[in-house]
Amino acid sequence: MLAYIIRRVGQSVLVLLVVGLVAFAMFRFVGDPIDAMLGQERTQADIERLRVVLGLDRPFVVQYWRFLEQAAQGNFGLSYRQGRPVSDILMERLPATLELAFVSGLMALIGGIVLGIFTAIRRRGISSNVIMTASLIGVSLPTFLIGIMLIYLFSVELGWLPSFGRGQVTRIGGWTTGFLTESGLKALILPSITLGLYQMTLIMRLVRTEMLEVLRMDYIRFARARGIREKFINFRHALKNTLVPVITITGLQLGSIIAFAIITETVFQWPGVGLLFINAVQFVDIPVMAAYLMLISVMFVGINLIVDMLYFAIDPRLRAARTAGGH
Amino acid sequence: MAELGTEARPSRLRQAWNSDFTWSFRHSPVAVVSFVIVLLMMLGALFAPFIAPHNPFNPATLNLMNGFTPPGQANQFTGESFLLGTDDQGRDVFSTILYGMRISLFVGLSAVLLAMVLGVTLGLMAGYVGGWTETIIMRIADVQLTFPAILVAMLIFGIAKGITPPEYRNEMAIWVLILAIGLSDWVQFARVVRGATLVEKNKEYVQAARLIGRTPFSIMLRHILPNVLNPVLVIATISLALAIIAEATLSFLGVGAPPTKPSLGTLIRIGQEYMFSGEWWILFFPAITLLALALSINLLGDWLRDALNPRLR
Repeated sequence: MLAYIIRRVGQSVLVLLVVGLVAFAMFRFVGDPIDAMLGQERTQADIERLRVVLGLDRPFVVQYWRFLEQAAQGNFGLSYRQGRPVSDILMERLPATLELAFVSGLMALIGGIVLGIFTAIRRRGISSNVIMTASLIGVSLPTFLIGIMLIYLFSVELGWLPSFGRGQVTRIGGWTTGFLTESGLKALILPSITLGLYQMTLIMRLVRTEMLEVLRMDYIRFARARGIREKFINFRHALKNTLVPVITITGLQLGSIIAFAIITETVFQWPGVGLLFINAVQFVDIPVMAAYLMLISVMFVGINLIVDMLYFAIDPRLRAARTAGGH
Repeated sequence: MAELGTEARPSRLRQAWNSDFTWSFRHSPVAVVSFVIVLLMMLGALFAPFIAPHNPFNPATLNLMNGFTPPGQANQFTGESFLLGTDDQGRDVFSTILYGMRISLFVGLSAVLLAMVLGVTLGLMAGYVGGWTETIIMRIADVQLTFPAILVAMLIFGIAKGITPPEYRNEMAIWVLILAIGLSDWVQFARVVRGATLVEKNKEYVQAARLIGRTPFSIMLRHILPNVLNPVLVIATISLALAIIAEATLSFLGVGAPPTKPSLGTLIRIGQEYMFSGEWWILFFPAITLLALALSINLLGDWLRDALNPRLR
């Protein structure tokens, strides 16, 4: 168990070091940082001095190490475009993205499980077939088209919900939240659906498959033979055993929700880190791109690690296999 | 007797027509319809200059007075009418879609080709050579798989944009796009090919080839590759749908095809601005085209997976 954890943590650190190398290489080789920081009127002496100040005259490995040190402290320098510290800008934008990701993740999980159970139990019903077909179309629909369709229907035609922005937000310490005002909650609805729909179809299909598999097992047949009520079998016996893989996949999907937020945030002009990133790509704002890359990889790797540990803790068979097999 | 033998054997064409593969195709209406749609769209894209009623990128033939003409109606100033209407600059929407599809399909197909060549090569090497080669290739694949492909593509696009000089950016955008999507998508191919290669390399025909002194290169290319192509074909089809959607997404976000060479995604981006003012056709027709294309390819991929899977026969 301990050996497994240590190896997993080691792998995660390695991934982060590789991503750090990519981010550092972006800093160092894409565009010239001196070009970006000094204006038109510069002398050779200015350039040389800045090179020493920035440490660009040192060996590559030393520079890389310094970059990692700075990154670990959350220091990514100044944004080329806004001239402010990147970490400040990121912290300002992060609450918007996390709130959006949280709401859509929750929606995807609840909606996916409910619809998955429904389509598994009523396998031959018409409504199940309609839902399954709709989900196939949903997978082919690009995220941005879903967003545009929702805006057209609910903002342009019906005029019920806002088509962009976060509405009114409340500031609590360093965090801004849209949960406390009516306009903030209204503004959350369309982006969350847009972002969560794909994950919801994914979870729904997974729950359905797992559920169908479990319902075919002997202990379910035995429970039926004992005369236990159908509802009790479905929810107490079957559902419980389908949840392990569902939790794993949902955990892993959390990372892609944050990544796909880039698209949703652009469609709805949602002021989160995703919109910040896409603007940085458009204007080649390297410090922001690199910082976003590091931030999101820490999240991804962290989530993956936690999910792996959870899996290990939840499923006793896995533990037994590891200890019995030995390494 | 010899005549009898040749008569009894049906022609090549007839044989192909009666094979399991085509039989399953002919008996799947979904596959036939999807195939026809994809084929029509590819032909439309290929022959766009001959089919399109207008050349949307020739400023000489454009008339700003024609702007915002609704589909099928005559323009109130010039009296011209357009099948699917015109956009803000008076460009015929039907023509821009044909040219847009050309770019979408070109980028999608090229990106999948790049991903396929790269993935199959690395997968074969990882599976056949093993050892350190395998460890390095598969570790890189694992790291890349941690991140969604679209994010990797955006990052590659951003870096490439930073490297190319500003005056070439518009010209290079299409190639950068192909590179970005292709490089973000090779992992699937590599993993599947590696898995299949591991199985194949211990079979007798490979051992025999090795025994008669074939080089590893020729064994990989001539013996193993043909036997692992079925799953590659399935992944390529599904990847094509994903690549077209990825291209549309990037272009929609403004980090893809430039407005001077609009793909379907760019057209949707342009059309979105006019959604609020009621000019729905500028957005609707490109969107529905993209959807039909992606859905048809997806359905075709689904069918292909079942048809090529020996376990389902």
